[in-house]
Amino acid sequence: MTDLARYQDPLTIQRVLHTANTIAIVGLSNNELRASYFVGYYLRRHGYHVIPVNPRQTEILGQTCYPSLLDVPEPIDIVDVFRAPDALPGIARDAVAIGARVLWCQYGVINDEGARIAEDGSLTVVMDRCLKVEHARYVGRMHWLGFNTQRITSVRAGLQ
Amino acid sequence: MTDDVEQAHPFGFETRQLHAGQRPDPNTGARAVPIFQTTSYVFEDPESAAAYFNLQEYGNTYSRIMNPTVAVFEERVANLEGGAGAVAFASGISAQAAALFTLLQPGDHLVSSAALYGGTVNQFKHLLRKMSVELTWVDPDDLDAWRQAVRPNTKAFFGETIGNPAGNVLDIEPLASLAHQHDLPLIVDNTFATPYLCRPIEWGADIVIHSATKFLGGHGTSIGGVVVESGTFDWSNGRFAVVADPSPAYHGLPFHETFGTYGYLMKLRAETLRDLGAALSPFNAFLFLQGLETLSLRMERHVDNAQAVAAFLESHELASNVTYPALPASPYRPLVEKYLPRGAGAVFSFDCAGGRAGGQDFIRGVTLWSHLANVGDAKSLIIHPASTTHRQLSDDELRAAGVGPGTVRLSVGTESVDDLTWDLEQGFARVAAAAGQKVGTA
Repeated sequence: MTDLARYQDPLTIQRVLHTANTIAIVGLSNNELRASYFVGYYLRRHGYHVIPVNPRQTEILGQTCYPSLLDVPEPIDIVDVFRAPDALPGIARDAVAIGARVLWCQYGVINDEGARIAEDGSLTVVMDRCLKVEHARYVGRMHWLGFNTQRITSVRAGLQ
Repeated sequence: MTDDVEQAHPFGFETRQLHAGQRPDPNTGARAVPIFQTTSYVFEDPESAAAYFNLQEYGNTYSRIMNPTVAVFEERVANLEGGAGAVAFASGISAQAAALFTLLQPGDHLVSSAALYGGTVNQFKHLLRKMSVELTWVDPDDLDAWRQAVRPNTKAFFGETIGNPAGNVLDIEPLASLAHQHDLPLIVDNTFATPYLCRPIEWGADIVIHSATKFLGGHGTSIGGVVVESGTFDWSNGRFAVVADPSPAYHGLPFHETFGTYGYLMKLRAETLRDLGAALSPFNAFLFLQGLETLSLRMERHVDNAQAVAAFLESHELASNVTYPALPASPYRPLVEKYLPRGAGAVFSFDCAGGRAGGQDFIRGVTLWSHLANVGDAKSLIIHPASTTHRQLSDDELRAAGVGPGTVRLSVGTESVDDLTWDLEQGFARVAAAAGQKVGTA
């Protein structure tokens, strides 16, 4: 069994959210009703530069879509993966090759080999977590809809 | 930016009942939860409005569907119960209807404990049947009866943590396992236990329902309810097309596939609450939040007083069949030790000598206990179910619900316990006097 807690550390997740600018979404769909589209739309709305990676499309969310991570012509902070778990090792190798800082694997994208490849390449790995949910939990408005953010704080926040 | 990073710390129940779901208001710094008494919310721009309605962004649109004060209450209950989230409703009974309507279709089947609150019995027996949902009542203590009741069209198991008013304790863990073997969710009404005494999700339950009107609010001021979901049930297991398939009521959105952990809760809010319209008012949510802040303190006192009152009744010659499940003689004592180690709640019943007339005389005799149809108030409450809450039930249904003609239901409050037993003694004196009169005139 994968030690998922190791890849779900709240402090690591918050630092990733606060320091990233460019997010490549591997497996981003152009179907508005798919989870990946919801995540891509949300992250763009919150100011991240989202780069679609999907060999079957040329443009998603108004952004140029690339066939693979190796084709993306700019530096990437987070590689966010919406693919079957067995695709992860190959994606991890590409993420190492392009010098990404974080490999983020969405719900159910769990693969030990992929995580090890990324860690060996000095990437931070987050696994079985949703980038949108974690952003909404710590930065956004997830608590507006009655979801359990598990946050406890008496610190006054800035305007939302 | 890294100054914003919050340390992970496992906060205790008493801290979470005060803080979960709220941080000081970012605009004003208000420490108390503001009452956002507004029907609607101004959108920043057309794109934002579209994103809110498409559920692409967490945004406020209309207070029938969400409200910032109500959201604090929802998240606080979800946190205390250990769920993924919660949706509040205008009453416990509407919360229950909404939880079921979200996963049921006409022709489906529900297996339910027969030992339930009379209002729930009515809802299942009449409203669900009117919606062409089939129902099987089972003895909640008989696991084989649950197993044998499962059909191909069964969609859920339903029970109460502590049954109203018979005090039966649900054996949640094996029942949840049985439900999951059949790809079914276990729905538990946790009103009588509250998350301070029992958290059904920790024992495998999938959906928890509360009448917040009772102990969560705790002061008898407001009607409300809430549904909590674990977020771990697989609604895409093939049995729940109504949750998993593209929704015709939300432009083809497949709620479970798209929102995963939050799929059921999103559908419960964005469709069921939207279409039933039983929204909790912000003011009532505020009052419930005041109650939640002291939940653990009140429950400790409720439980201590209930234990003392139950012991008093057990030793009284005019009382029998005291159903407080924590009593040493109760058949539910082992389940109390497992599921309710901090106490078995504060609602139970006993049979007053003299049958129906005895029960009514007893209620005429007490002057401190309030004669009314509610439970879970800080004040002690008393009622005679056969002539009130369970009046619509047949004799067979009464027996199945554990109610006899002389049964008196108590909701033990937080008063000085000696005053509570003193007043009950007044009730018994009235019963004895009436019995004596009858003997004298015979």
